[in-house]
Amino acid sequence: MSTNAVEMTPAHKEALAELLFQLADDDFLLSYRGSEWLGLAPHIEEDVASSSISQDTMGHAKMYYGLLEELGYGKIDDLAHGRSAKERKNSILVERENGAGYYMETPRYDWAYAVVRNYFYTLAKKVKVDSLKKTTYQPLAEVATKVSMELFYHHIHWRTWFTQLLSSSDEAKERMNKAIEGVMADFGDVFSYGNASQSFKEFALIEDATVLKQRWEAALEEVVKALHIESPIIQQPDRNGRLGEHTEELDRALSTLSEVYRLNPAVPW
Amino acid sequence: MYQSTLVAEKDIMEALELVQDPEISTVSVVDLGMIEGVKIHDSYVSITMLPTFLGCPALEIIKKNVVEQIQSVAGVEAVEVLFKTAPPWTSDRITEKGQKGLKAFGIAPPPKHFTEDGSWHVDCPYCGSTYVTLDNIFGPTACRSILYCKSCKNPFEAMKPISNLM
Repeated sequence: MSTNAVEMTPAHKEALAELLFQLADDDFLLSYRGSEWLGLAPHIEEDVASSSISQDTMGHAKMYYGLLEELGYGKIDDLAHGRSAKERKNSILVERENGAGYYMETPRYDWAYAVVRNYFYTLAKKVKVDSLKKTTYQPLAEVATKVSMELFYHHIHWRTWFTQLLSSSDEAKERMNKAIEGVMADFGDVFSYGNASQSFKEFALIEDATVLKQRWEAALEEVVKALHIESPIIQQPDRNGRLGEHTEELDRALSTLSEVYRLNPAVPW
Repeated sequence: MYQSTLVAEKDIMEALELVQDPEISTVSVVDLGMIEGVKIHDSYVSITMLPTFLGCPALEIIKKNVVEQIQSVAGVEAVEVLFKTAPPWTSDRITEKGQKGLKAFGIAPPPKHFTEDGSWHVDCPYCGSTYVTLDNIFGPTACRSILYCKSCKNPFEAMKPISNLM
């Protein structure tokens, strides 16, 4: 049964907002990390492709923040730029820096890490978005339907890089395997709902995290089997971004990305 | 005394035909299938539009251009433009006139069919050859891809297919 914001109880609205913050913050941070790659991707066509994907992803974050604005949680710009690290609900994976160095100076970013992070994240996002098409909150179901059309191309893109690099030279395979290890070390909270599992279930906002996790593992298994590598297994997280537990890397990201906003938060841009 | 002015939907649609895509001067927002609904209450006009892509930075410019154009229609006092995600915009909403307009600009219209693995085919908008290769599914804007015609040796763009099957 679908619901609208007017009829919602406070507990219902709070659960919905929690889910929206998790979705919005994930896409927002990952698209920010993607934007730091601009001009640095391995070749010009990839620069066009990955920046286009980052732009789409920022658009998805904007839709989720927009739904929060409609629910009375503040303006989109303030939600994106004005919240401290402690208030953020994104997973640890998306806040991680792209590699050593600073993009304005001498970045030594790791493309293998970018490929694995983007592919594994995009696959997780696809699993979630497919579930959200059936959510009880109709405006979110509509956004999910539109997001999934754009995600279709992102998914193919990152899967292609992933399989090609893992079918390539020994050095490429070695770097990819190292990147898989690094990404999986931070993957524990990607399918976590923080403290909200029960309420998400109660209001039928999204399917159980265990079910989604299994779908992700099953989809990935098909791909990795053909590449003769072991299936990545999602571990329990040491630190859970959904609970506001974050790394210093998020502090640094927020300080950079909100620099212009903080000069004058009243200016629309 | 309250005097109502009659604004005709036909006049609004004609005005919308004049609002071009900010980057493609040969197609209008109507040709692109971005107009979902027009409501007229006396001198007040409300237009519902569908974004082609959610992160498209041209949306605000398009909105501004629509407002300006509709305000110039005789009898209109206020205009509102709302973006909605349902129904989702799909590339089959582009009209036949829109397809011609895209071609005239050197952009192949979106293909009607694509296979399950996401591959699809378009012909060269310049020479009509089928001997083309896809360089990059992503292009200079969210809605376009980059291709190359091996017959006339021209690079060209195509509108990406976006469908409910995705």
